Formats: sequence, C-alpha cells, structure tokens
Amino acid sequence: MKRFAIRILWSIGLVLAVIFLNFSLIHLAPGDPATVIAGESGAGDPAVIDQIRADYGLDRSFVAQLASYVVRVAQGDLGDSFFFNQSVVSLIWARLWPTILLVATALIFAIVVGVLVGIFTARRPESRLSHSATILALAGYSMPVFWTGLMLVILFASVFKVLPISGMRDVQFDGGLLASWVDIGKHLILPAFTLGFLFLAQYSRLARASMLEVLQSDFVRTARSKGLSERVVVYKHALRNAVIPVVTVAGLQFGTMLSGAILVETVFNWPGLGRLAFDAVLRRDAPVLLGVLLVSTLLVIVVNLLTDVVYRIIDPRIRVGGAAA
Amino acid sequence: MSDLMLGSGAEAMAPPGREAWRMFFRNKAAVAGLFLLLGVILMTFLGPYVYDEDPKDIVARPLKGPGTEDVPGLGTDYLGRDVLAGVVNGGLTSLRVAAIAAALIVMIGVTIGAVSGFYGGVIDNALMRFTEVFQVLPALLFAMVVVALFGPSPWKVSIAIGLVLWPQLARLTRAEFLRLKNMEFVKAAQAIGSSDLRIIMRVILPNALPPLIVATTLVMGGAILLEAGLAFLGLGDANEVSWGLMIGQNRTNFITSWWTVTFPGLAIFVTVLSFSLIGDGLQDAFNPKLRGR
Repeated sequence: MKRFAIRILWSIGLVLAVIFLNFSLIHLAPGDPATVIAGESGAGDPAVIDQIRADYGLDRSFVAQLASYVVRVAQGDLGDSFFFNQSVVSLIWARLWPTILLVATALIFAIVVGVLVGIFTARRPESRLSHSATILALAGYSMPVFWTGLMLVILFASVFKVLPISGMRDVQFDGGLLASWVDIGKHLILPAFTLGFLFLAQYSRLARASMLEVLQSDFVRTARSKGLSERVVVYKHALRNAVIPVVTVAGLQFGTMLSGAILVETVFNWPGLGRLAFDAVLRRDAPVLLGVLLVSTLLVIVVNLLTDVVYRIIDPRIRVGGAAA
Repeated sequence: MSDLMLGSGAEAMAPPGREAWRMFFRNKAAVAGLFLLLGVILMTFLGPYVYDEDPKDIVARPLKGPGTEDVPGLGTDYLGRDVLAGVVNGGLTSLRVAAIAAALIVMIGVTIGAVSGFYGGVIDNALMRFTEVFQVLPALLFAMVVVALFGPSPWKVSIAIGLVLWPQLARLTRAEFLRLKNMEFVKAAQAIGSSDLRIIMRVILPNALPPLIVATTLVMGGAILLEAGLAFLGLGDANEVSWGLMIGQNRTNFITSWWTVTFPGLAIFVTVLSFSLIGDGLQDAFNPKLRGR
C-alpha cells in the first residue's frame, strides 16, 4: 500500500515535469513566445498578441511565468485555440472519447488474439504455422501503420465495399441509440484493426516466449503429473503466467499506441486527439498541440498506474511480497 | 533447445565471437534481412545514377498508372512527377535521419545508462526518474511538437527522434552495467586502480555491447518509421524527397491512384523489415538462450 502511495506521488511529479517541459518548449522555440502561442491564425492580430502577453505574464521573470503556467494548467486552463476559436480543454474533451474508444478496442483485440496465437505457437514450436507467426510478427512491426491503413482503405473502397472507410458516423445516419452504436462500431473496425495489427504481432511473440518458459516450469509438470487434462494445464495454470508480460508491455507501450493512433486517425478521419493534433500542426496551433501532448502524457501515466494494479491482480506474488519487485 | 544452450544467465551474453557470426549467417531470415538492407543501400546510393530522372520534374500528365503509354515505370503522382524516381531518391532522407538519430540515441542512452548502472544509489535514482519523464511522452506526438515549434530541417527532425527514442537504450545499458559491474574482471580492474572512466569505457562497455548492438539495429527501424510518420503528417522538409512525404502529399487521390502511395510505403516497409530481421538474427546469434522467442 505504501509503495502504491509513493507511485501515485511520483506520477504527480511526472505530470509536473511534463508541464515544465511543455513550458520550456514554448520558450526555447525561435521567435517571440506570444507569437508561438498565437499560432498562424492569431499572430497577425496585435490585440491577440497583447492579450496573450497579459494572460501569460510574458513580461515577468521565467520563474514567475512558470509558476503562473503551472497554476493555470492545474486549474484546467490550457489556453485557447485561435483557429478553432474555442478553449483547448473543450476541444480536447470532445476528441478524447473517440481516441479512447479506438485505442481500447485495438488494445483488447491485440492482446486477446496475440495471446491466443502465442499459446498456439508455443505448443507446437517447430510447426510451419509457428515459424510463419514469427515472420508475420516482424512484418507487422515493420509496416508503417499509416501505410497499412491506406492499403486497407484502398482494398475496402474498391474491392470489398462492405465497411465504411472514413469518419466515425455515417453522415446521413438517422436512427435510434442502438443503431447509432452499431454505426460507430462499423466505422471502428478498420481503424482498430490497423492499429491493433501493429501490436498483435509483438504480443503474440511475447506470449509465445513466456508460454514456452512456463510450460517447462515445475508447477506445470506437477499439474500434468496430477493427471490434469492438457486443456486445464494450458488454459488455467499456464495462461495466467503467459499473460503477465503481455499486459506489462502493453501498459508500457501505451504511449507508442497513442502515437500510432495519431497516424491511424489521420488516415481514417477518426475524430480523435490524433486528428486534432494533425489539424493543429497544419494551422501551427501551438496551444492545441501542447494541450494534446499534455493530455496524452497524462493518459500514459494513468495507464501505467492501472497496469501496475492489473499486474498485482494477475500475479499474486507481487501482491503479497511487494518487496521482491 | 539442447542442454548445451542453457548456460547460466551471467554467461549467456558472451561477446560476439566467430561462433556468433556463424550462427548469424546460418539464420535464413537474418541473411535475407542483410540482403534487403544491401538492396536498399544500393538503390539509395547507386539508383540515382542508374535511373537518372529528377524526382521533382514533371514528366507526364498527373495520376497516370503504371503501364500507361508514355508514363514512367511506376506511374506519376498528383503533379505528374515520376513515382519511381521518388522511390529511388527518397531513401536518402530516411537513412540519413535514421543514422543521425541513432547516433544521438546511442550517445545519450549509453551515457545515461552507463553512469546510472555503474554508480547506482542516488545518481541512478535521479537519472532513472529523468528517463521516465521522456518515457511517458508519446514519441510521435512529442516529435511533432518539437518539429512544429522549431522547424522541419533534417537535423531538427533527427534531434526530435533522438530525444524520444533514447530511454530504451538507457534502460538496457543500465541493466547490463548492473549485471556486469560486480563480476570478477571488473573487481580486478578496480583492484589494480583503474579509473572509473576506464572501467566504464574499456572494461564493462565492451562486454555490454552485444545487446546494445541488437537494440541499436532495432532502434534504426523505429527511427525510420518515426521519420516517415512525421513526413506523412507534413512535418518533414518539403524541399526534400522522402517516402513518407510522397505518401502524405498524394493522400487526396490515393484510392483511385493506388500506385502513388503503395510503392513508397513498400520501400519504407522493406527498409524497416531489413533492420528488424538483422536485429532479430543478431539477438539469436549473441544470445542462443533466447532463440526462437
């Protein structure tokens, strides 16, 4: 419990460090910080520049500016977007859920299928399927995720016209709540598959490696010698252990997954944080870009904490003897 | 897996000897990776002389597919530029950015990891906390912010990529140093009064090299993917020819003009795959215990 409290405290420290990094970037960037913050859309207007100077206290010392920046962020004020003419927080809030939906679906898909493939190939390590899974894993990791997406779009736009290839909802959609969920679900399939495929390969390799190790361990031999069926041994005794490294890596790689989501959202016009970041880049909209960076980093930190919790639930050794880790 | 290969954890990562190289060259996938990389390098450095077309020249009507009359081999893009010329010339940007970024990653990562692992204690704690800050940043997003604020020159793109990818190498170097620093040969070096710097550079580091070489190979692939992603999003240098940029620029018409995005993407894929295959082969060769994982 005490270890966990320390972790939470350190997570808060991490958030502060990232805020500091954000702030330093604005100041290190070439040009007047006020014009950096105003972006392309705001920089032409002297009134906007003066407003930013006053808001951010840009005439004061670096430390005073930093302090007021931290206070503003802590109050949930990430500034305004001059292009979208909205506060950054409200923009991000609207785009956060689509991204979480996309990433969570991709993550679940990658973990479940990855672990299943891993188990299968671990039980027959020298089979042809097992070797092709290894090669496929390397191929999956090496494909630029935006290109995989574009290839799928071409395929589904011209050959199999069964799935929507762009956006999150049908423009002409008109129906009840359930039907609208089905509509979103249909739009979700291709982007989630594209993003999940990138990680599926890695997770299956990981699951396979830990499964190979677990299947040789003493407790599995004991379970077998008790006469338990192979199914019980594999899926009840060994599986739990094979999942641990996958969950750990999935948690640690959450940032990589968000990075992938940026590209996937751009390809499929999925209205999430990534698409917002892309639009912000096009408009040189620094507050939005920095806001997305901060919120995404927060997400990563929260997910890392959650992974720690899940890890403890799956692996009783860590729950009981916390000192070992 | 034979019993011979099950060494104890400590000796599993022997320095790369002749045996390791023999294992590497017996690995079909690794050799395939080596040939792919050789192909990419040949195409990048000799290709422009063999296929002497300017990738920025408008040579035919736009968006004409491969096989159309009077159109170059892989068709033309949205401006009527030669796609094949773009593919041949686009690799230089990627490889250069990846090489600079990898150098930066190794420099930062190995320095921080070595100091952290060797000295331990407070220094280790502080450096690892610092590393963690860069680890929680979503790599592509942070690189986007850096490039958007500081400009898209190849140097800045390389630095942005270097800044986000070094933590992996730092953690690995630290782990190797932690493992090696209490071994007898290190104690021996300390006993004869070698300086810390000498022990880090000449005694421990050479023994930590195999896993670091593997990680560096894999990180090159990651750097190329990141560079391509940035260029795709419009954050590359628009004056350079690059595979990612070609895909990004042709995004409006790609469904009907599939050749404009397929071939540059294939080039990225093959390049990254070659690094993955080589890295994987090196891993198996240096550390037989982990074979086939």
